[in-house]
Amino acid sequence: MMVLTGAEIVIRCLQEEKVDYVFGYPGGSVLFIYDELFKQDKVRHILVRHEQGAVHAADGYARSTEKVGVALVTSGPGVTNAVTGIATAYMDSIPMVIISGQVTTAYIGQDAFQEVDTVGITRPCVKHNYLVKDVRDLAVTIKKAFYLARSGRPGPVLVDIPKDISAAKCEYAYPKTIAMRSYNPVIKGHQGQIKKAVQLLLEAKRPMVYTGGGVILSDAAEKLTKLVRRLGFPITNTLMGLGGYPATDKQFVGMPGMHGTYEANMAMQHCDVLLAVGARFDDRVIGDPAHFSEVPRKIIHIDIDPSSISKRVKVDVPIVGDVPEVLEDIDKLLAASGSQPDEKALKAWWKQIDGWRGKDCLKYDRKSKLIKPQFVIEKLYEVTKGEAFVCSDVGQHQMWAAQYYKFDKPRRWLNSGGLGTMGFGLPAAMGAQLAHPGAQVACVTGDGSIQMCIQELATCKQHRLPIKVILLNNGYLGMVRQWQELFHGNRYSESYVDALPDFVKLAEAYGHVGMRIEKPGDVEGALKEAFKRKDDLVFMDFASDQTENVYPMVQGGKGLTEMILAEEL
Amino acid sequence: MRHVISLLIENEAGALSRVSGLFSARAYNIESLTVAPTEDASMSRMTIVSVGSDDIIEQITKQLNKLIEVVKVVDISEAAHIERELMLVKVRATGKDREEMKRMSDIFRGRIIDVTESTYVIELTGNTAKLDSFIEAIDPTLILETVRTGVCGIGRGDRVLKV
Ligand SMILES: Cc1ncc(C[n+]2csc(CCOP(=O)(O)OP(=O)(O)O)c2C)c(N)n1
Repeated sequence: MMVLTGAEIVIRCLQEEKVDYVFGYPGGSVLFIYDELFKQDKVRHILVRHEQGAVHAADGYARSTEKVGVALVTSGPGVTNAVTGIATAYMDSIPMVIISGQVTTAYIGQDAFQEVDTVGITRPCVKHNYLVKDVRDLAVTIKKAFYLARSGRPGPVLVDIPKDISAAKCEYAYPKTIAMRSYNPVIKGHQGQIKKAVQLLLEAKRPMVYTGGGVILSDAAEKLTKLVRRLGFPITNTLMGLGGYPATDKQFVGMPGMHGTYEANMAMQHCDVLLAVGARFDDRVIGDPAHFSEVPRKIIHIDIDPSSISKRVKVDVPIVGDVPEVLEDIDKLLAASGSQPDEKALKAWWKQIDGWRGKDCLKYDRKSKLIKPQFVIEKLYEVTKGEAFVCSDVGQHQMWAAQYYKFDKPRRWLNSGGLGTMGFGLPAAMGAQLAHPGAQVACVTGDGSIQMCIQELATCKQHRLPIKVILLNNGYLGMVRQWQELFHGNRYSESYVDALPDFVKLAEAYGHVGMRIEKPGDVEGALKEAFKRKDDLVFMDFASDQTENVYPMVQGGKGLTEMILAEEL
Repeated sequence: MRHVISLLIENEAGALSRVSGLFSARAYNIESLTVAPTEDASMSRMTIVSVGSDDIIEQITKQLNKLIEVVKVVDISEAAHIERELMLVKVRATGKDREEMKRMSDIFRGRIIDVTESTYVIELTGNTAKLDSFIEAIDPTLILETVRTGVCGIGRGDRVLKV
């Protein structure tokens, strides 16, 4: 055994967990840890410009890989700045470990300089958190943190380390395994329930598959695709689940929900058997649950988190388990049964769905003299051949990116679905770009959102991250403006972003390339040129149609099929 | 419906606030909560009395189970069980009230555990309804102070909540 300081132990543990990047920002309480970071070169530290950026970057890193993201922040304001990032990760179940400094143990509770109750502040937005009070507990706590973050329903775990603990010494050994009597996620689905599910799927006349972020997080896209192709059923992926099933496949009917496609929402509402996988019947996905329940249907729900099941909608066949395991079991049982879904019924159902598809609910004015934001996303898709990692902020641009970029692969679409955090896009793109150095990484953003973490342009410069920023600049907090137009009598209260900076100059000031695109005819050329510049961050400011709205739209609290369509206006 | 939820939780710092925080964050009702270490000092046992529809109570037990430090959760009110609560009541006991208080305490099988010239402290155990009826039975103007522990409960017969 060797005797190490707490700070040395932290770094050793990160190395044991094969962490290659830590996103962080130093301060008094973490100086010993930073000192140890300095002395080694296995774990690389990315200095962000604001702690929110550190956590979003760790988050983007985790979302775009199957690894745990790691952030390191100092006590007090370092932690409070990180909270938005932590809550963002928590809402979307992203595996992450946050290490925070804390004031010296003897000062805790005395309102010491830069003291906050970190465990208390973060408790409602972490999967779990720890305050380490004895250096001998440090290694095992970090081990537990990684284990909790990535197992079961993943989530952020915070470890708060007082300064004296990072200086104190003890014997170090990294535990090989962890067993916790209070925490044992169920992996295997209940076989009786799985049988029932297969029976229901085979009997269905109007089946529908609805999958969410759980499919992405559990790396189940391949198994899902295999099963759904075998069944021949229509499938929809939620905002968090895009890429779970190839969007270019004919069985894919688009995204459901508030800005879902007409056909996806109609099929969700009118199906007789719904297979829900790693999705949680969120209010933005099914609208008013009472309206949703008006149509009788049998629901099979697969989720690793029992508390997600029958939370908003009553479920007929609950299956608690790890999504890939359960999907494989279902697939095997189906294959072994030798039975096929009801072909005739399925044909009629597809005919109905194709009728809904005929509405062409995502059509927009392609002849406009103004740049249509939808057009920019379509061109982005073409220029990147659908291969980019697309990281989005929050607002109209986010919905257009989700609707018009066809994700064929999982982990390519990174957005804050649960918390809806403006400012997520750029730092998340940093994490994705670091995890995938050669890949095309785009940050689709709005003039409001980009300014919420704009300081990270400096981080991008320092670490030479050639992200392509696609700013759909409509001069408005567009999504807010849209709601005000539709539901508040066109009173655009504080949704106009006056005094926007010159984004080209701004990008240049940070040492990047800036472009301003004002005509539809220039969109494709600009994108091509930007993606050709493999070593540069290119900031593209697209002067977009200020009046464009996102459709279809289900107003909050309304039923899923009570959609406003573009053509009806 | 009123439910009595019993749970075992790791005896870690902050465990109680995780549970109480869950109830306030999700707007669940909490009527009473009691907690103390068990015979195994590494674990505490909590009894929570809550009121809610079946759906809400189901969510409460699921959400409690989801807390990392919670080892086991049972809704003991789903089957035969026993509930007890302890109450201490300080009453004015002078003149003819002194005799009356003693009598009432006896009827409710209470014990007088502190006596001064002018006051008694009466100790009473029982279920919530019994304690409530004692309070209703005595002259309210004589009550100086009351304190109750909240409900603790246990299943009848073979049903055991243990790791
Ligand atoms: C941190 C934060 N504050 C406020 C909101 C509320 N909000 C949702 S969308 C939106 C407007 C976003 O504007 P912009 O980034 O310009 O995108 P656009 O909708 O114009 O595409 C606002 C203010 C939010 N989601 N996040």
